Amino acid sequence: MAALADPPIVETRRDGERSLAVAFALMVALLVAAPFVVYPVFLMQALCFALFACAFNLLIGYVGLLSFGHALFFGWASYLSAHAAKIWGFPPEAAVLIGTTSGAVLGIIAGSIAIRRQGIYFAMITLALAQMMYFVALRAPFTGGEDGIQDVPRGRLFGVFDLSHEMTMYVFILVMVLAGFVFIYRIINSPFGEVLKAIRENEPRAVSLGYKTDRYKLCAFVLSATLAGLAGALKALVFQLASLTDVYWTMSGEVVLMTLVGGLGTVFGPVVGAFLIVAMENYLAQFGQWVLVIQGVIFVACVLVFRRGIVGELAHALGVKL
Amino acid sequence: MVEIFGIPSYALFGQLLIGLINGSFYALLSLGLAVIFGMLNIINFTHGAQYMMGAFAAYLMLEYLGLDYWVALVIVPFLIAATGIVIERLFLQHIRKLDHLYGLILTFGLALIIEGLFRNAYGSSGKPYQVPELLQGGRNLGFMFLPNYRAWVIAFSLVVCFATWFAIERTRLGSYLRAATENPTLVRAFGINVPRMVTLTYGFGVGLAALAGVMAAPIYNVSPQMGSDLIIVVFAVVVIGGMGSILGAIITGFALGVIEGLTKVFFPEASSTVIFVIMAIVLLIRPAGLFGRTV
Repeated sequence: MAALADPPIVETRRDGERSLAVAFALMVALLVAAPFVVYPVFLMQALCFALFACAFNLLIGYVGLLSFGHALFFGWASYLSAHAAKIWGFPPEAAVLIGTTSGAVLGIIAGSIAIRRQGIYFAMITLALAQMMYFVALRAPFTGGEDGIQDVPRGRLFGVFDLSHEMTMYVFILVMVLAGFVFIYRIINSPFGEVLKAIRENEPRAVSLGYKTDRYKLCAFVLSATLAGLAGALKALVFQLASLTDVYWTMSGEVVLMTLVGGLGTVFGPVVGAFLIVAMENYLAQFGQWVLVIQGVIFVACVLVFRRGIVGELAHALGVKL
Repeated sequence: MVEIFGIPSYALFGQLLIGLINGSFYALLSLGLAVIFGMLNIINFTHGAQYMMGAFAAYLMLEYLGLDYWVALVIVPFLIAATGIVIERLFLQHIRKLDHLYGLILTFGLALIIEGLFRNAYGSSGKPYQVPELLQGGRNLGFMFLPNYRAWVIAFSLVVCFATWFAIERTRLGSYLRAATENPTLVRAFGINVPRMVTLTYGFGVGLAALAGVMAAPIYNVSPQMGSDLIIVVFAVVVIGGMGSILGAIITGFALGVIEGLTKVFFPEASSTVIFVIMAIVLLIRPAGLFGRTV
């Protein structure tokens, strides 16, 4: 029986990899063609949020940790890279590096506090820590309070590429986001990623097998925070703005929403979710406060009837991995 | 003028009083969260929105029906509890078997809906609510000025907190509740209607939040976003206290309110972050929380 059962599993695995490769090629093709059809700033915004959501999904989807405070890394990275580019006059690559590093450092601090508790407490702790850093951002002199840091120069990448040119900027963002995406894919398919999934499925068992699960969780947390920081830094350059919105709890909620809509624990879900939610918000901006209500309704609908998310449902219907 | 640590006693005790007021809201809200979590295994993110609904209900009753504070204090908790029961029946009962995280996400979504609807209807600006006539004014205690209404809020919330503690720890109904928290299947086997108890528990927790909202209405302005920032602080309070103990939730709530008030006197820049800092320290030293059992 075991011999009979084995081949189909190998088969689905190979199918899974093929479906992922096809989907990836499709995604890249769409993103390369998109700026000729759609407004590039919208695409860049969606791409930054897609990376943010993928980073968040690394935690919830593959370690089972719901962080309700990811705005902390996104927002602070956005502030620090905006500050570096505007006040210190750093070139964009250095500014992005500073933002990303700040994500990592904050991730180490917040992570080592938050992983002391599991499940629901983890979510509350990350939310509380993020709120604390929101108040710090509100008070700190360099963040510009309610105004934020405006008119951040995009500068010249490596002194060569002028990022104030919309298409050059788009290519830069696309390359960075795709690199982040591929990096996350590498993580979840590495031996390290397998241990993360084991922790998600059954932490006590992973502990009994000799894995120091706290270290694995912290490591995943820091990776996720770092990539969220990268997303925030890129966003600051795209909009030439870092503001309080990026560190507020609503931003943490939005990234949960994007990932949930796209599909928790799917490879492409966060990207699809980010594009949908960003499109929805741009389209609904004229309706003001209704955005909040609609977001709420989507949350409720996703939890009650649509837990796999769009990509999850699609993958389920096609019987492939996406 | 009396001075303590170089601070005029009026300022010191004034902030202490504000701290106690905030503490009583922290205590009432974290108590409700703890009771709900015990029975439903859900962290009720809607709690802040329900507190806001309580304040708004009091405001609207005064504005449109001419019903004063005292009527609101009695009716509003039941009214909002009823909406809570509807939410439990419509949504929460369906996700009981899922991972806890879905409960948090679902109630977060509900909180967004409620806050969004209120913002659409009433805008973001705060609405003033008169202190009831009976409790206007205050008395001078020599070292501080004590407004009557604030004294009432502290006293009344202490009474409510201890009544809740008594009901859960010392009555027959409370013993059913505690038993059902430990082992719902067994309690059902004894012929007790556990699902109904779950629904009523949720209603009760929501009612506590609404009661806090009514009491908060004359102190803070009534506004749609009054609950969302508060609930995050209350989460931190819950993490510090641990949700294992009713008395622990009450003590932690009041203590943190006082600490926050004192921080406002001695180090005002840190007053909005001090509770979160304490949370981080507690987690580093005693991860289960001050009164929590290890999870």
